[in-house]
Amino acid sequence: MATTSTALAGRTAFRERGRQAAETLKRAPLIPMAIIIIVVFTATFAPLLTPHSTTQPSLADRLTPPVWQEGGSWENPLGTDALGRDLATRLMYGGRVSMLVALFTLAIGGGIGTAIGLVSGYFGGKVDAICMRSADSTLAFPIILFAILLVVAVGPNLANVVVAIALVLWARYARVVRGEVLALKERDFIARARVAGCSHLRILLFHLFPNTVNTLLVLLTLQVGWVIIVEASLSFLGAGIPPPTPAWGSMVSDGREYVDTAWWVSAIPGLAIMLTVVAFNLFGDWLRDTLDPKLRQV
Amino acid sequence: MQRYIVMRAGQSIIALLILSMIIFALGRFTGDPIILLLPQEASQETEDAIRAHYGLDQPWPVQYWKFISNAARFEFGVSIKSKRPVMDLIGPKVMNSLRLGLAGMVITLVIGIPLGVLAAVKRDTFFDGGAKLIAILGQSLPQFWVGIMLIQFFTVQLDLLPAAGTGGITHYIMPAFTLGWWVAAAVMRLLRSSMLDALDGEYIKMARIKGLPEYRIVWKHTFKNALIPVLTFAGTYLATFITGAILVETVFAWPGLGRLVYDSIIWRDFPVLQTLVMMIAAVVITVNLAVDIAYAYIDPRIRYN
Repeated sequence: MATTSTALAGRTAFRERGRQAAETLKRAPLIPMAIIIIVVFTATFAPLLTPHSTTQPSLADRLTPPVWQEGGSWENPLGTDALGRDLATRLMYGGRVSMLVALFTLAIGGGIGTAIGLVSGYFGGKVDAICMRSADSTLAFPIILFAILLVVAVGPNLANVVVAIALVLWARYARVVRGEVLALKERDFIARARVAGCSHLRILLFHLFPNTVNTLLVLLTLQVGWVIIVEASLSFLGAGIPPPTPAWGSMVSDGREYVDTAWWVSAIPGLAIMLTVVAFNLFGDWLRDTLDPKLRQV
Repeated sequence: MQRYIVMRAGQSIIALLILSMIIFALGRFTGDPIILLLPQEASQETEDAIRAHYGLDQPWPVQYWKFISNAARFEFGVSIKSKRPVMDLIGPKVMNSLRLGLAGMVITLVIGIPLGVLAAVKRDTFFDGGAKLIAILGQSLPQFWVGIMLIQFFTVQLDLLPAAGTGGITHYIMPAFTLGWWVAAAVMRLLRSSMLDALDGEYIKMARIKGLPEYRIVWKHTFKNALIPVLTFAGTYLATFITGAILVETVFAWPGLGRLVYDSIIWRDFPVLQTLVMMIAAVVITVNLAVDIAYAYIDPRIRYN
């Protein structure tokens, strides 16, 4: 009798877990996930997906409208820009720049910020005061200005854009991770690790860091959109990846002169930025609600 | 209290000094400034003479000292593009930027505050949904693109508003809106959540029990308390505004400081840019200092932190 009821309880619990997982998946934002997959896929395989070149001008085809408008053709489904370059192709390659910049800045800025946050929260005292003061000053500074200064001084290229954005990004990670560590380090398992003779480094790397991974994952996803917007703003201002390499921001800028004759040149790359950023934000919101609901306020 | 103010002011000065060192170092990165001043066929003697004249033969600490003592007297050198002193370029543009900034701030308050309050009071209704949509779009729409699309619609299609430059009140509408709504979305989101927190408070239940009319509960008892967390972010909003102003002034050809930043990118005009960055940083740091001090007066807990 007793065994049957345990088995039953076990089965119900199992079913309950399955139901919860199904529920979580049902609430998963399918459209944003699809957009993210499309952007990442087209950015990765751009050279295989398009017969056109991103830089080769083709003046006979300049300012061809998108296919659904009169004069458009399937040759250039999203139309062409003022130099006759295929917009769909440039969009895919521009996605590459956005994704690469996001990947590198989040890896570098997130990595440095996490390290500083761990150390700052764990050791406290003067180290903590200096780290957090610097983080606050960084966050209050208009990041774009610093990036522009760096780019004008050293010259625009991928590395400088990444460095400039990462220099600001670390502060957000440092703040959040520090907050986590402050709460974690009062817990018993940290005290026990210390009694067991673990070094500070071991506690930081193997006891504290794994417990911040959920938070980090959520924060990383939520920051992708922000990085894309900053990178696009920089390239719009001419302080990003230099032409003729396509970037979404500079593509919007290219279309400025043609707003009265060829709306698509500016509108389409801007839409790509918007859709991608919305997708990453909604996906990040869902991830946060699933993995780490207490981050709500961040 | 005095100790706190002195400490915070000291921190601000250190922050500004660190920034000036970074700028000085970056200035050396742009290459030897002497190359810009010399004709190509100049002899070694001329070069040495000019180097000595500008103090470029001195050791770095001496050069740095000269750099900040000049900066303190608002002497930032000569623009590479126009060959005029940097301050002559910046001076006439300050008011233009301030006017646009003010108009943008008005838009932020007019959109952000009522929507934030409404979304919290009418939680989970049509208003809340609308406010959420605006917040999502505010985070995701690139400002420069919104500006261009507005021009596309209101200037090209409808021919209602001027696309560029300054002039009458109609020139302000599109730039101010583009500038303001970005921060409005952030204000709204934060105000909504802090309103919801405040509405949960015991004193609100008390006010309800006393039978106060709803508008007094919302605007007097809740709103005032909910505003504090929003004000904490004043410094961050200012930073966002400045970033926005650079983009918006570029799109709408507004003759302000933001447009000057854009021009100095195009011309790689480092002297102009370093001055603008120093000035803006000084303003940002001062505002943050003022906010912190005002806070310490309002809320004594902060001083002991």
